[in-house]
Amino acid sequence: MIRFLVRRTVFGILVLWLISVATFLLFFVAPHDPARVITGRLATPETVALVRHRLGLDQPVLTQYGHFLNGLIHGNLGYSFYNSTSVNYLIVSRLPPTVSLALGGAIIWLVTGVLIGVLSATRARSLFDRVATIFVLTGLSMPTFLLGLLLIYLLFFRLHLAGVTWFPAGGYVPLSQNPAAWAQHMVLPWITIALVTAATYTRLTRSSLLETLSEDYIRTARAKGLSERRVIYRHGLRSAMTPVVTQFGIDVGTLLGGVIVTETVFGLGGLGQLAVQSVTNQDLPVIIGIVLLAAFFIVVSNLIVDALYAVLDPRVRLS
Amino acid sequence: MTLTSVETSVTGTEEQAAIEGRSPLQLAWARLRQDRVAIASAVILVLIVLIALFAPLIASAVGWSPVQQDRTTGISPEGLPVAPGSAHWFGTDNLGRDILVRTVYGARVSLLVGVVATVAASVVGVVVGTLAGYFGGWVDVALARLMDVVLSFPFLLFAIALVSIVGPSLAVSVGVIAFFSWASIGRIVRGQTLSIRQKEYIEAARSLGAGDFRIMVVDVLPNLVAPVIVLASLLMPTAIVFEATLSFLGLGVVPPTPTWGNMLADSLQFYSVAWWFVVFPGVALLITTLTFNLLGDGVRDALDPSAERLFSTRRKRGRR
Repeated sequence: MIRFLVRRTVFGILVLWLISVATFLLFFVAPHDPARVITGRLATPETVALVRHRLGLDQPVLTQYGHFLNGLIHGNLGYSFYNSTSVNYLIVSRLPPTVSLALGGAIIWLVTGVLIGVLSATRARSLFDRVATIFVLTGLSMPTFLLGLLLIYLLFFRLHLAGVTWFPAGGYVPLSQNPAAWAQHMVLPWITIALVTAATYTRLTRSSLLETLSEDYIRTARAKGLSERRVIYRHGLRSAMTPVVTQFGIDVGTLLGGVIVTETVFGLGGLGQLAVQSVTNQDLPVIIGIVLLAAFFIVVSNLIVDALYAVLDPRVRLS
Repeated sequence: MTLTSVETSVTGTEEQAAIEGRSPLQLAWARLRQDRVAIASAVILVLIVLIALFAPLIASAVGWSPVQQDRTTGISPEGLPVAPGSAHWFGTDNLGRDILVRTVYGARVSLLVGVVATVAASVVGVVVGTLAGYFGGWVDVALARLMDVVLSFPFLLFAIALVSIVGPSLAVSVGVIAFFSWASIGRIVRGQTLSIRQKEYIEAARSLGAGDFRIMVVDVLPNLVAPVIVLASLLMPTAIVFEATLSFLGLGVVPPTPTWGNMLADSLQFYSVAWWFVVFPGVALLITTLTFNLLGDGVRDALDPSAERLFSTRRKRGRR
């Protein structure tokens, strides 16, 4: 187990390193000059050269990468080209909306997705199952931004016209400032990200649970007189959850990339929007920081999923 | 030829036809034909493809080009989009352009990107997956790890970064989507190839002196057709959504070329005054992805009847 974890960690660090190199290279083969963008159109060549020197962009690529890597080892992601602040500070300050969206969304989609999946597996081919299937197909086909737009139109605009002002159209209120307003502003983004994602979980849970419930040990459990509820939730669901856990690991890992669209539609001002802004501004240090952070989440969640397999299913040997 | 000989020869071929074996693909096709939802989806998709192909004809019939601004009847005195009416059946957008024609043209981009990206991703995925699964050893380790790395990329984030550097265009959209999609196909193909490699007929082919390349093409690939068709048909709607998302974020096909994604991005400012601006491109996008998913699901069911069925209207005998 320990050997397995060590090996996966080493591989994870290798992946992170590769991604940092790829992102770094990407911006050096690009025909863009951040110094030019910062100084503007009317700047003299001297000013541009000065800014380039200040940003360290006149040094060889390898030296620049060396500086970056050295900072990274010390936990410092460098400084933004535009905001005269450190990337660490920028990322930390934009984290609350993203974490609120991700955590709340993940809880909602996991609970609703698995619950609907269990209900339609235990009532296979019923009316409920049919309705759940339509829900799944719509969720799988629905682009996030379209659902967000629809929710804003129906639940914000239409309801406001009708005099009901439950849902704001967007914006973010810090939790520490006003918890009620925070939740109110997060409801629509949560629903958006949860509905789009929950469909996958319903599908996975349903098929996996149906398969598990036809196993011999489930018949044994029923034969020894356990209640149906106990059979399904204690015996069936536990081993049926393996693919769901895999999917959850992947989704949580990629969530940082996935919130970009939702944040843009609702104007939450989190990491996703910071990423889009930095890309438009060619703010290399910030982009690398966010991409690395996102990749870090993916690597860590993959590691946790692999370890969780062994806990959920004792037959899996880690080697 | 006498009458009797003709008769016998006819009945002879009939008997032959009756016992003629059907290939797995023929059997799958027979199953798919009975699936009403899948057939309905296929019909709708064919319609969408026809609309995309004949977009210029539709545009000339309507009388507006997709980028033409109607400055007289296409914009209200307040400078806002005009509601659906006799001049513009689907209304106009904020620049006075006809939404019907733009939605029709949007189908071209979506389908083109969807098809090309899916085909490219499938080809790369099959080649890499087959090589990894067939050769095993260090080739497998290297290729499997490569796929892990690609799957670990925060793809939307990275796609955004890439597009912003190289500049948005149709080709870049296709490339980005294909690049982040091939690994998921490659992974499954690798798994399939690993199990096919153990089969007796591979051993037989090898003992007959077939080389690695021949075995891969003649003995392994045909067995990958079914899973790859299923994966590709389910990748299509994902690719279309991916393209629409890039366009929505302003990183896809460059305006004024209409795509469903950039139309919806434009409509974000106007949803409160122009519902038609959101509804028509949105519905077009949703119908396309939904029918692809329904068809893909039907194809999966037809190719592998033991797989779990998601949506079925086909009567299953012997069950409720």
